[in-house]
Amino acid sequence: MSAAPADLPDRGGLNADVLSADARREALALLGLCSPGIVLVGIIIVLPIGWLFWLSLFDETGMLSGANYARVVEQASYVRTFITTFEVAFIVTGLCVLLGYPLAYMLSQLPRRAASICLIFVILPFWTSVLVRTYAWLVILQRKGLLNTWLMDLGVISQPLPLAHNFTGVLIGMTHILLPFLVLPLYASMKAIDADYLRAAMNLGAPPTATFWQIFFPLSLPGLAAGVVIVFILCLGFFVTPALMGGGKVIMWAMRMEQTTSLYSNWGAGSALGVVLLAVTLGLLGVFRWLLGARATSAWGAR
Amino acid sequence: MNDDLGLPISHGRRLWLYTVGALVLLFLIVPSLIIVPMSFSGSTLLQFPPESWSLRWYEAYFQSVEWRDATIVSLKAAVLTTMVATPIGVAAAYALNSGALRLAGFINAVLTASLIIPVILIGIGTFFLYARIGLNNTLTGLVLAHTVQALPLVVLTVLSGFRSYDMNQERVARSLGAGRLAAFWQVTVPQIRFSIVSGALFAFITSFDEVVVSLFISGGETTTLTRRMFSALRDQIDPTIAAISTCLILLSVVLFSAAQLFGRKR
Amino acid sequence: MSIARSAPPINIRGIAKRFGSVPVLSDLNLDVAPGEFLTLLGPSGSGKTTLLMILAGFVRANAGSIGIGGEEVIAKPPHKRNIGMVFQNYALFPHMNVFHNIAFPLKQRRTPAAETAERVEKALDLVQLQGLADRRVDQLSGGQRQRVALARAIVFEPRIVLMDEPLSALDKGLREHMQIELRSLHRRLGMTTVYVTHDQREAITMSDRIAVMNKGRIEQLDRPETLYARPRTRFVAGFIGESNFIPVECRNDSVWYAAKRVYTASPLPSPGRHWLVVRPERVRLAANAEPDANANLLDATVRDVVYQGDSFICYATLADGQQIALRDYCRGDVLTLLPGAGQPVRLRIEPEDAILLADEI
Ligand SMILES: Nc1ncnc2c1ncn2[C@@H]1O[C@H](COP(=O)(O)OP(=O)(O)OP(=O)(O)O)[C@@H](O)[C@H]1O
Ligand SMILES: [Mg+2]
Repeated sequence: MSAAPADLPDRGGLNADVLSADARREALALLGLCSPGIVLVGIIIVLPIGWLFWLSLFDETGMLSGANYARVVEQASYVRTFITTFEVAFIVTGLCVLLGYPLAYMLSQLPRRAASICLIFVILPFWTSVLVRTYAWLVILQRKGLLNTWLMDLGVISQPLPLAHNFTGVLIGMTHILLPFLVLPLYASMKAIDADYLRAAMNLGAPPTATFWQIFFPLSLPGLAAGVVIVFILCLGFFVTPALMGGGKVIMWAMRMEQTTSLYSNWGAGSALGVVLLAVTLGLLGVFRWLLGARATSAWGAR
Repeated sequence: MNDDLGLPISHGRRLWLYTVGALVLLFLIVPSLIIVPMSFSGSTLLQFPPESWSLRWYEAYFQSVEWRDATIVSLKAAVLTTMVATPIGVAAAYALNSGALRLAGFINAVLTASLIIPVILIGIGTFFLYARIGLNNTLTGLVLAHTVQALPLVVLTVLSGFRSYDMNQERVARSLGAGRLAAFWQVTVPQIRFSIVSGALFAFITSFDEVVVSLFISGGETTTLTRRMFSALRDQIDPTIAAISTCLILLSVVLFSAAQLFGRKR
Repeated sequence: MSIARSAPPINIRGIAKRFGSVPVLSDLNLDVAPGEFLTLLGPSGSGKTTLLMILAGFVRANAGSIGIGGEEVIAKPPHKRNIGMVFQNYALFPHMNVFHNIAFPLKQRRTPAAETAERVEKALDLVQLQGLADRRVDQLSGGQRQRVALARAIVFEPRIVLMDEPLSALDKGLREHMQIELRSLHRRLGMTTVYVTHDQREAITMSDRIAVMNKGRIEQLDRPETLYARPRTRFVAGFIGESNFIPVECRNDSVWYAAKRVYTASPLPSPGRHWLVVRPERVRLAANAEPDANANLLDATVRDVVYQGDSFICYATLADGQQIALRDYCRGDVLTLLPGAGQPVRLRIEPEDAILLADEI
């Protein structure tokens, strides 16, 4: 059937037909083992997304047009959404790096036992509902929340600080939720750095600071990059925290999609937003894999 | 202190590093922990520490039909998702691990697609599809969507279990007279069972904690706990949610510890 | 455990195997006699494991035929081939104790409990592990694990046993001991055995015949002594034992090394370039005066003499720079009589020790 040129010499070899039939049977059986999963993903993910994509190609009158995509770039409210989304994504990613790098560095320096205990605190949040964590921040940050109450009791401030239901709240909540996604791959890459490099560098007389910046930091970059890409991509499509902590003022991409489809039932426009989001996500991942090789994206399953 | 890397930093800097690291750890863990004592508060105000103690918010949770029903729906969905996703994921992982599967890379990508595709898109897509086939607000629809989201975690966990398992054992079992299924069942499964259990726990928590897709496709009789919590959080912050959150945290800790325990034995 | 009930022959025909587009075995033919202990010997990557896996049914060949006792089994699944198999890392089941490991094949065959217990007991006896039935696998030493794996592979009385480097994880003393045990076990049970190793000493010690594999082909299949005395290819000569390779040329119905006539018992090859292969221990120091029309006498200069305890090696250089090694046992005062470095010597090679091989490269 699919005879590559290399197959030809075996044609007519003893039992070649029996063996290739057997090979086909096994391949089919293995495919059969995967098929429930493939079918499910096909029906629940591929089919609807393909359908939405199809919808996005038609305007309200049912004519084939690029109107939905044109609106995505032209309409001011959409453009504002993109700006907000990327703004949030960049700042949250930056905050995650600022907080995550020292944490991962500390974890990688701790003795094994202490590190694995500290690591629990990084992984446990993965297992905790996003809603619970968002609720916690609401309780702490809102107008009459814990933080404002304390600060006023202590006399530090006289007016409650606007911490929740705005941009700040979204940043804090998202950083809190996405931080582990950055720390885990980064920590893994730091643990993989061969201590001999560092010793060698120091034997050659490099001072600790130079050893860090010239050896350790560059070697940790692949892990950092993996974490950054994961966090950034998750930011782009994030829904729960901005919806609950943005107070309706911070409209991000996913929220815009939800509003467009649920509130205004404009499936064409909502689908176009989704298609662009998916394209950007896959594009970023593709660029990243191309730059760093496949291994980095596997950090995803770290939960 | 002797550490693995032996990177010498001056004591001052190490202290500085540890302080920053510890603060970040606190940032990760403390907010959720603050909820716990607050859930035992006796007043309607959210205070920390609470001025009086009571179980009234737990009573409110357990006595509210709505909350109780939502919890039951979520539990049902999570149990069913676990039961569906685990065998499907294990079977797929077995095939992917066999090395004889054609297009293994592509199939792997398909099975783990839901990790990469924005959840909001899955939510809107399934809502749109279910609207046409009448699966919105049904347990079936919920379980199917959650299964797709849990599948990658099961597949990846079990695959990593396979990676630390010596396939020669299954081979030897087959040469000793066991058919493929018998060899898998009698020899392979007992040895990767910890990964399978971890994968199942992942599936459970993924379904139980799932918010975005549930927002779209659950409702009415099958409103999930997360969906109800989401609406409640949008409206007002009722201390009942502190009680529910505490229960959820407890559940996370239990499942996480179980996964760690099983993971260690692997 | 009874003496083999008519162990079957294995007839392998035209096996070809590719991984992707890389050929690993090509048109491989091999006949294993009933009850024979045959060893596949070859360098790493020569395809020994692959061939064994094809025999056992774990790897599917692209073409070929495997007959076991006259029956075609190439498309049979492993569990229907009734072949006992021992892996390099033993592949014992860690979640079962010794008894259940050994009873596993019997359980698959639904053997009654009483008979199972009896046969496991006997198998444990055979491998000298009496009383260890209740041990967990991780409480066993390397040698004991090896024996359990062996007992498990023979307890169901397979008529064929395959072993892939079963001793390579053991240390030297234990390995040599197990070689002898395996050998005597084979004598007693008489199953047709295919054994894989890349240790030539082990192969020579244990085998009835050895198949030397190279790059997916069998270069030579012979009894150990024949293989050693009469290698048929340069690869075999170099792989088994040590050899001197001297380039010679065949013209005018005789063989020449430069301008010197070479006497050899090998049949005369076609005209052209060939290799003269001589084992170092077959090279002798000749007394200077010794005149002999038929022996090959070569003048050389000693480069170095290396003392190795029971023997010594003398490295010498012929007039044209060709290196040649000589090995002899250190008996009597041989060592004191040896020439030192830089001294001229005359080497003597008997015609029957001079093997002519075709120039492959
Ligand atoms: N599953 C596989 N996929 C691709 N190539 C393979 C596979 N198994 C073996 N090979 C290749 O086939 C060749 C023969 O391998 P094989 O394991 O049979 O060698 P071997 O003679 O047993 O070597 P060793 O002494 O190292 O065990 C090698 O080049 C190996 O790289
Ligand atoms: Mg091998």
